[in-house]
Amino acid sequence: MNPSRSRTASTYDAIVVGGGHNGLVNGAYLAKAGLRTLILERRPLVGGAAITEELVPGFQFTTFSYALSLLRPDIIHELDLVQHGFMPLMMPSSFHPTQDGDYILLGNDHGLNIQEIRRHSPHDADAYDRYHHDLDRVCQAIRPLFDNPPPNIFGKEPEDLADVSWLLSHLGGIEKKVLHDSVRLLSGSASDWIQDYFENEAVQGYHASSSIIGSKVGPMSQGSGLVMLFHKMGEYDGHLGSWAFHKGGNGGFTQVLARAAASYGAEIRLESPVTAVLTKDGRATGVALDDGTEISAPVVVSALDPRRTFLELVEPRELPSDLVENIERFRFQGTSAKVNFALDGLPTYPALPDTHDQYGGFINIGPTIEYLERAFDDAKYGWYSKRPYIDAAIQSVIDPDMAPPGKHVMSCFVQYAPYHLKGGDWDTERGRFGDTVQAELESRFPGFGDLVLHREVVTPLDIERVTGLSEGNIFAGEFLAPQMYFFRPAPGWSQYRTPIDGYYQCGSGTHPGGCVIGSPGRLASQRIIRDLAD
Amino acid sequence: MVSTTPFHPRLSQLNTSGLYTHWQGHLSALRYGDAPKHEYFAVRNSVGIFDTSQLFKYWIRGRDAERLLAGILVRDIRTCRPGRAQYTIWCDDRGFVMEDGVVFRHSPTEFLMTAARPNLGYLASLRGRLQVELEDVTDAYGVLAVQGPRSREVLAELTGDAEALHYFEHNQTKIASAPVTLSRTGYTGDLGYEITVEADQALDVLDAVLAAGDGRGMRPFGEEALMMLRIEAGLPLIDVDFHNSRLAFTDHDRVTPKELGMGWMLRNIDDERAFVGRDAIRRELDQNTSRWATVAIVVDWRDWDRLYRDAGLLPPKDERPLAYESMLYDDAGVHGGYATSFMYSPVLQRHIGLARVHPDLAQPETTVHLELAVNHHNTTVLARTARLPLFNPKRKTA
Repeated sequence: MNPSRSRTASTYDAIVVGGGHNGLVNGAYLAKAGLRTLILERRPLVGGAAITEELVPGFQFTTFSYALSLLRPDIIHELDLVQHGFMPLMMPSSFHPTQDGDYILLGNDHGLNIQEIRRHSPHDADAYDRYHHDLDRVCQAIRPLFDNPPPNIFGKEPEDLADVSWLLSHLGGIEKKVLHDSVRLLSGSASDWIQDYFENEAVQGYHASSSIIGSKVGPMSQGSGLVMLFHKMGEYDGHLGSWAFHKGGNGGFTQVLARAAASYGAEIRLESPVTAVLTKDGRATGVALDDGTEISAPVVVSALDPRRTFLELVEPRELPSDLVENIERFRFQGTSAKVNFALDGLPTYPALPDTHDQYGGFINIGPTIEYLERAFDDAKYGWYSKRPYIDAAIQSVIDPDMAPPGKHVMSCFVQYAPYHLKGGDWDTERGRFGDTVQAELESRFPGFGDLVLHREVVTPLDIERVTGLSEGNIFAGEFLAPQMYFFRPAPGWSQYRTPIDGYYQCGSGTHPGGCVIGSPGRLASQRIIRDLAD
Repeated sequence: MVSTTPFHPRLSQLNTSGLYTHWQGHLSALRYGDAPKHEYFAVRNSVGIFDTSQLFKYWIRGRDAERLLAGILVRDIRTCRPGRAQYTIWCDDRGFVMEDGVVFRHSPTEFLMTAARPNLGYLASLRGRLQVELEDVTDAYGVLAVQGPRSREVLAELTGDAEALHYFEHNQTKIASAPVTLSRTGYTGDLGYEITVEADQALDVLDAVLAAGDGRGMRPFGEEALMMLRIEAGLPLIDVDFHNSRLAFTDHDRVTPKELGMGWMLRNIDDERAFVGRDAIRRELDQNTSRWATVAIVVDWRDWDRLYRDAGLLPPKDERPLAYESMLYDDAGVHGGYATSFMYSPVLQRHIGLARVHPDLAQPETTVHLELAVNHHNTTVLARTARLPLFNPKRKTA
């Protein structure tokens, strides 16, 4: 189709519903391909869950997502993001307070890291390289699956059969050990995997935290290996599993995306909530806004999560019943929260009284696997963790623009905080939850409370209310094996299409999944552009 | 935070360059003065000292210690008598080299292993039901290498036990009243010793060595000089000349003992001793499937000089090793290998390298063509293969 033919003053070639990072990526690619593209965002700012807000004058808060790793390098290049201000700042350290008041502090010097591990366990010193090597090999093997749309294994078209045969041949080419390691990770627990390498509890704990991020699993749960592997799939300048902090926070990053999209001609309209996708004879024709405005376009792309994409924007009655059933039971069950602080200065860690070098990256409050698992136990039975896991980052250490001179912003990602509280509600518990998190920090960093100038508590309910992510699930749907790859978000609908012609999905609820990754937006745009060409 | 070795308080006073690298999380002098070549000549002409405390050190003790090591190490540790040491390598079960190190046998049941990388977890994983105690004593000892033609006379002044010590022997003696292990070992290819001393007495020993070296041209040398010395001596370095097979991504980055030039370790491969990788190594030898041979290369000086002069340049003679590998071609211009280390040797007055070549190019004096850039254009210079090591003075083993 020649897009210019369908252009009129009042219509668009494509409308993207939702200006989160995947919506922006999708819209940018569509616009770059020559489609007259409109991105509609409900809020007064783009970014979705990747925003930076000045909640206190001079203090920039990364309200929700707070670091960058999984963004696909292809997107950086294809959308020319550097031209628009893309700047991932290095996080030079990784700090893990241990149960006994000691710590593991890792940085960029491999030899130093080995010694730091050996300080805790001579046995684990040489396991460290093997562990990372084996994980790297799995990532290398899985990457083509991650970076390409899942084959439609239920399809009989020549294209589907070719995709399946590509997949089988790829899997067949993976080394025996790497394939087995992949299965161990994809189906097993992170705890088992980690304990196959490390004996020291602190070293184990350090490596376990990425296995629970954003997910209602404990490190001992089967399936936590998948969550860990997903996070390892990210990279920073070629280093797998490494994270960066975007200048200006992840809101700074989505502003870059917005500028890139605009540079290709995409139009971004803020404060324009979409209430429905308009259809006629099984085809999408446009969208309706909540003020009654209707905007027409032959292509509508939902960047929202699967529940909103299939059960709210369109009428479930118009969809195949197995799809509706699958989406209804698609698990969200958000269990993450944020508590963000404006600080008067940097906290002090008693075992490192004279230095703040440990605050250059993530601060991992989750000393052992057992600590994490016990934190999960609370959530299993419907309450937030009495001793929570906290992934903290004092981003102003890396980017001084985030806070006034000498002051700091501290982002704390907290688990577990189940969306459904048994016998309570989040609006009542917000303050007590914030106190619980602050008390945990106080126990590690005595005097922490005296530094707090402002505290922002973001419960799973707040995440849902503000970003629209159902049940506050930060990945737009859990990373559970039956919700991944061929099955994300539902069997037969993993290739960004929907049963409604011209209606597509590009949110984190599609393959490969959540995190600030951009892949769903990019892969969906490829699908759309190919379909339009047919 | 970076650590320092037991010798650091004194050696840092002698380091006027202020330059250090990080070696396994410890400060390690890059050079002490402004000329690493000067430090290098101390070792080749008089005596130099090098702080090698950063090596990982493990006590392997117990009834089955010999059995464990015999089942892992490529060289037969059973032939190593107490009071002797072995330079050895260990392989994976496909017969690819993992790492190298030196094992000092202190008694029938006690061994001290030194290695450039941590290995405790690996050794423990192969222990099975054997009665062996493994202990990481890396930080418990300082190790001071005293290397060069005058090393013997320096040590003879400190202990009566130095002169009688043969190559790769060690004994227990005292220096400056500190009990030490003195060994005829080193990484320079020269006459030399290493002193292993408990950390809290390391400075006493160092002071005594420095005093004994006074007037004998002794100077400390750093890593830059060490690199020159070990290339001349044909000693491979992990992560430069080879990589741990367990951590390699492809077989291109793996080598077998024979391919690494360690074929001499395989003399008794046909005896009854089973060790990790033995069967694969036997197959390789039986079927002659080695992909590479490790050789020295010596650049034809005429061709080197001509190449640069014709280009309007002065021929450089730079002793600092290249930080990258250089490709080698045969006479027909076909890729025939690569140099893993390359430098100008001041004592040999030639550009030399350690190289991996196709077996049919391994015969000494085979011509090869080394790729390099002159005036920003790739070209090649004539070189010839040679046996390792290129620098091998009689005094090393005398």
